Formats: sequence, C-alpha cells, structure tokens
Amino acid sequence: MRSIATHPHPVGWRGLDLLQLVLSALAVAAMTVSMWAALYYAPPASNLAGDEQLAQRIFYIHMGCNIGALAGFLMSVVGSIVYLVKRDLDWDRVSQAAIEVGLVCGMGTILTGMFWAKPTWNTYWTWDPRLTTSAITVLVYLAYLLFRNGIDNRHTRARFASIYALVAFLSVPLTFYSARIFRSIHPVVYGAENVDAQGGFSVGPTMTQALHINLIGFCILFSALLVLRWRQLRNEDAVAELREEIA
Amino acid sequence: MRKKTLSAEPPPLHSAQIDLAAHPIAMRLNGGVFAYLGKVAAVLLKDVRAELRGREIFSTMTAFSVLAVLIFGMAFDLRVPRAEMIAPGVLWVVVLFTGVLGLNRSFGAEVDRGTLPSLLLAPVDRSAIYFGKMLANLLFTLATALVILAVMFFVFDLNLFQPYNLAAMLLGVIGYVGVGTLFAALTANSRARETLLPILLLPVMVPVFVSGVALTASVLDGKAWEDLSQWFGILTAFDAIFIVVAYLLFDLVWEDG
Amino acid sequence: MSEGGLIVARNIVKRYGRKRVLNGVEMCVPQGQVMALLGSNGAGKSTLLRIISGLTKPDRGEVLLGGISTHKAGHEIRRYIGLVAHAPLLYDNLSAWDNLHFFARLYDIQQPADRIEAVLRAVDLWTRRHDPVRTYSRGMTQRLAIGRAILHDPPVLLLDEPDTGLDPNSAETLAQLIRMLSSGRRAILLTTHNLERAVAWADSISLLADGKIMWSASTEGLTPEKLRQAMTELEL
Repeated sequence: MRSIATHPHPVGWRGLDLLQLVLSALAVAAMTVSMWAALYYAPPASNLAGDEQLAQRIFYIHMGCNIGALAGFLMSVVGSIVYLVKRDLDWDRVSQAAIEVGLVCGMGTILTGMFWAKPTWNTYWTWDPRLTTSAITVLVYLAYLLFRNGIDNRHTRARFASIYALVAFLSVPLTFYSARIFRSIHPVVYGAENVDAQGGFSVGPTMTQALHINLIGFCILFSALLVLRWRQLRNEDAVAELREEIA
Repeated sequence: MRKKTLSAEPPPLHSAQIDLAAHPIAMRLNGGVFAYLGKVAAVLLKDVRAELRGREIFSTMTAFSVLAVLIFGMAFDLRVPRAEMIAPGVLWVVVLFTGVLGLNRSFGAEVDRGTLPSLLLAPVDRSAIYFGKMLANLLFTLATALVILAVMFFVFDLNLFQPYNLAAMLLGVIGYVGVGTLFAALTANSRARETLLPILLLPVMVPVFVSGVALTASVLDGKAWEDLSQWFGILTAFDAIFIVVAYLLFDLVWEDG
Repeated sequence: MSEGGLIVARNIVKRYGRKRVLNGVEMCVPQGQVMALLGSNGAGKSTLLRIISGLTKPDRGEVLLGGISTHKAGHEIRRYIGLVAHAPLLYDNLSAWDNLHFFARLYDIQQPADRIEAVLRAVDLWTRRHDPVRTYSRGMTQRLAIGRAILHDPPVLLLDEPDTGLDPNSAETLAQLIRMLSSGRRAILLTTHNLERAVAWADSISLLADGKIMWSASTEGLTPEKLRQAMTELEL
C-alpha cells in the first residue's frame, strides 16, 4: 500500500491503451462535429446584429469549456475523498489530472467569455459573480498545483493536496453566492430572468441541438484528456520509483 | 473520571537532590470534555505567553498593518475625494494580508524551533491543538484589527467602531483563522511556507472578503439590519462550515512527521 | 505487560526517498531494562526512536508498547512515552517552569506544582526555574529536555543522545536518573556515541547498521574494549 507505483506496467497493448485510443479518436471526431455545430449548423441569434451576432457563436464553446471545468473540479473532489479513505495514490492522480484538465477548461471558459464580452458588454472584464467566481476558482486550483510542487514526500503531497482540494471546493459555492449578492449583469440564458442582463438571446430548437452537441463533445474531450493525463502521472511516478530503485 | 497513580520505586540515590519518588503523580485519564477544553486553553495560553515574552507576532502584525493603512491612504489620496469610498476595501485587505503574517508564525515558529513534536507527542486529540492555535490566532488578529480600526479612525477620520462593523469583523476573522490555521499547518513544513500560505488562503477567503467589505460599506452608509442580515448569514455559514471541515481534516495533517 | 517486553519493534521498514533507512528492525526491551542503541551517524537510530515514539509512521512493521500496537491505539498511548530528541522540544521564550507547566496540563497531571518542583530539582534547574530557556546553556537545556520527558513519569523512555552537551557533573546526574528510572516497571532505550557510557548505563547493547540490528549483547562482562572490537568487526 505504501508503494508508489501500485501496479507494474506490462509491455504491449492492454485495456487502458485501447480505451485511450478509442477515447482520443472519439474526442477528435466529437470536436469536429462540435465546431461544425457551433460555427455552421446553429442559426445566428436573430435579436443580435453585427459583431454581437458573430460573437454569440462562441457561446457554444464557452458552455462546452464550462462543463469541462465543472466536471474536472467535481472529479477532483471524488478523487480527494476516495484517496483520503483508501490511501491509493491512483485516486490522488485522478484528482491532479482532473484539476489540470479542469483548469485548462476553466481558462478556456474565461477567455471565450472575454472575447464574447468585448463586443457585447464593451469590456473584457466586469465583476459579475460568474466571472468573479470563475477567476477565483482558477486561482484556487492554480494554488493547488503550486502547493503540490512544494511537498517532496509523495504520500504527504497526496494527503495535503486532497485536504486542500476539499476545502477549496467547498469555498466555491460561497464565493459565487456572495459575489451574486454583490452585483450581476451576466445574462441568465436558462432559469431565472435577470432584468439587468445585457447581451441575452433566446434559444431556438436548432441552437439547443448545437449546444447539446457541444456539451457532449466537450465531455468526451474532457474524458480523453483526463485518462491521458492520469496515465501520464502514473508513468511519472513509476519512473520516479524505478529511478529510486537503481540509485 | 478514573484516577490512576503512577509512581516510581524508591531508588537508591547518591544525590539528595533527586527526590522524584517523593512526589508520586496522578494523571487524570479520559477526562472528557473539560479535560479537552483544558488542553485547548493550555495551547492558547502557551501561545499567548510565548508572544508576551517574545513579542514576535503581534508587533510585526501591527507594524505592517499601520504601514499598509498609511500606504493605501497615500495611494488613493489624489484620486479619491472621500475616504468612505475606499475605507471598507482598505480595512479588509489590510486585515487579510496582516493575518497571514500571524498565521505563518503559528506553526512556522514551532517548526523552526523544532517544538512541534512536543505537541504531537502529547496525549491530546489533534483537534485540541487546532482549536488552541485557532483561538490564539483569533486573539492576535482581532487585536491587530482593533489597531487598524484605530489608525483608520485618525488617518481617514472615520469611526468604524460601530457594533455591526465590529460584529462583522469578529465573524470574518473567525472564519479567516478557522481556515487559516488549517492551511498554516499544511504549509508549515513546506519549503516556500511564507509565500505559499497567502496563495492558498486568499482565494478561499473571497466570501469573507466580499461579505466584510459589503458589511463595512453598509455600516458606513447607515443601512438597517434588513440590508445587513444576509451578509451576516454568509459569514456565519462560512464560519460554521469551515470550522467543522477543518476540525474533521486537521487530524489527517499529522499522520507522519 | 506482555511476555516479549515493554518496547517491542517488529520488522520496522522506513524509506526516505531513495534510501531505505531501516530495513526490518527487530528489537525488544524488557521491563526494568536499559538498552543502548549504537550506530554510526545516519544509521537510523533517531528514525527508529521517532517511529517507536509514534512521531513517524513506519512503511512496514509495527511497534508494541506493553503489548499494545501504537499504530492502532488512540492518543492515550502517548501518555506512556517520554522522548528526548535532538531538538530540546522546549519553548525558548518561556521559562523552565512555564514550559513544564504547559506540558503538565497537556498530560493532565494533577497538582502539577509538586511534580514540576520534583522534576526541576532532579535535573538541578530549580534555582533557574523562572529564566527563559533561551538564556540556558546547552547542557542546561538538555537537562530540562530530560526533565520534560520524565515529567509525566512514562514507563517507556526514549533518549536520543541524552548525554550530548552535558558536563561530567550533569552526565553523572543523568546516569543516576537513568539508574533510578530503570528500576521497576520502566524500559529505557537510549542512543549514544560514547561506548563507556553505553556499557556503564545500559543492561544490553544493540548495534544498528544497514537498517538492521546487526549485533546485540548483554553488558554483563562486556567492556568498552570488547564492544569497540565488535564494532570494528562489523566495520562500524
């Protein structure tokens, strides 16, 4: 249980390699379809014009990135809890991989949001609760990665990182809630109406289809990246272990 | 409460100085809640006494906080017509940044002087150490906060010693040191302790910061309780959630040395 | 107490990164006995003491104190351990009295004043009890560290090089303390580099090398010369 590489790595094709191959191929296909749906298939938003209408198409990718970030951060909680209960480093690697992929998606969400906001809100940034929360969340998880780097002992690193990931995740809803009371101009496309929102648009059936295609596509991309990174981290630890043995 | 007496056998002695056996000691085992609270108090008093003798934490914190308030005052002086406009932000930024200094020393001093094992060797539930340290940090940070309020009173000519604002500061600082003590324990052994703690702590503190700023601003605007209550709700929820979580997780920090 | 001894270590393995510091240590210190643990610097003596005290977790193996596995026992087992480590484990801004008073509260000692006085007199620091520890000499600090370890009268005493920094007088006080404490129901495990003291103070001696106990013997009939010879044969 205290060994770092929990499973020896066999040579040749195994289940994980196949899963990896299938997921990667699926991800390429899914992203192709997603881009086609976002940029071509979805109709232009009828109530917008000019740059705003063009920029609206980023919404599909924005939401796709968003679901990737959400999946990553949720997955990290699962990984952290299971690690703290079972003390199996594979779950710590799940946590780390999920956070790394989630961070990429989170930064994607923020960047796409900023490119959309410039023509629509005439500014790249405002202190809207969603923007605030996403920025803070990205910072929290960047801190997670920095924190890991500072701890040498592999098991201590896993334990401390899991503790931090749990506390950090719990703070996100409170951050969002407090920022929302603070102020809001973000359009709420689904759910409650926000009378102050700017740049909103109504979603027709074809647009919903395009959105769903993107959400599914990004989920597949997320899974492929997660598995890839997870295996990479596993190999890293296995190499470190081998290096220790020959030293 | 069981009492158990552990006594040494009468030894053949050369030195008259050694009379350990003359005082058999009684230890209270499984003392329950009061023994637990006694240990929390012991850790708290130890930190306070060490601070009174050594004057390392509080003096640094006050010096930094006074400096920070003055720098903010100067920085905004030309562009901000009225101090009320920046006071809430300045207050909470300075409190949060100053607090990190104290939190860093909380376990950092124990690690630097090699005294941490003495706490870990004691027959004490680790959470008692957490609460003791947390209360000590609470005390130091609140004392500094009062100094900050006093400085702001003179520099900005603003009276922030108002009941609602003081309540907000109390609740905010409780949540702050609640999480901060856990994180200080996490970073105490790390190479870049001093820089790492604020990076870990401040993003998690956003709800406290936002609520605190909103509350202080509302107090300055003379708003009624109805406008303040939801912010107090957030602060209370934050304190409750994170102190329970820290209590549950703190034991896991010390699994190996 | 169990048949095997008050302090029992079973197959202790501890690795630090690349290095296997301890590789299957087996040891047993019976009640009423003093064992001296010898070994070169970095042989893992301190690590072993830390593991027995519960400060460090072994990668493999277990420690039994009075037949109870420290791994499974709750925090109450720590009441039965006293440790003198390399660091004095004392707060240098506080006085000797304040230090011991703090630990007395952590260990739930009733009427702490009597006990603290007895301990401070035993380690000959009673007159300096109100001075902060940072003003103490190396030897005085070491004596107070020993006082801290015996404050709660633990049956298991672990002394990591307790004689470093002690002048001959203090060393004699320490020798008396060890002799007195080893009588009866206690077990003492100490490390030292001084072969004469090891032979004089301990009932048995173990040599730690390559992560294992390579040699042990009773001190009955053992002279420092014979011990030195044994160490040379083991290339220590």
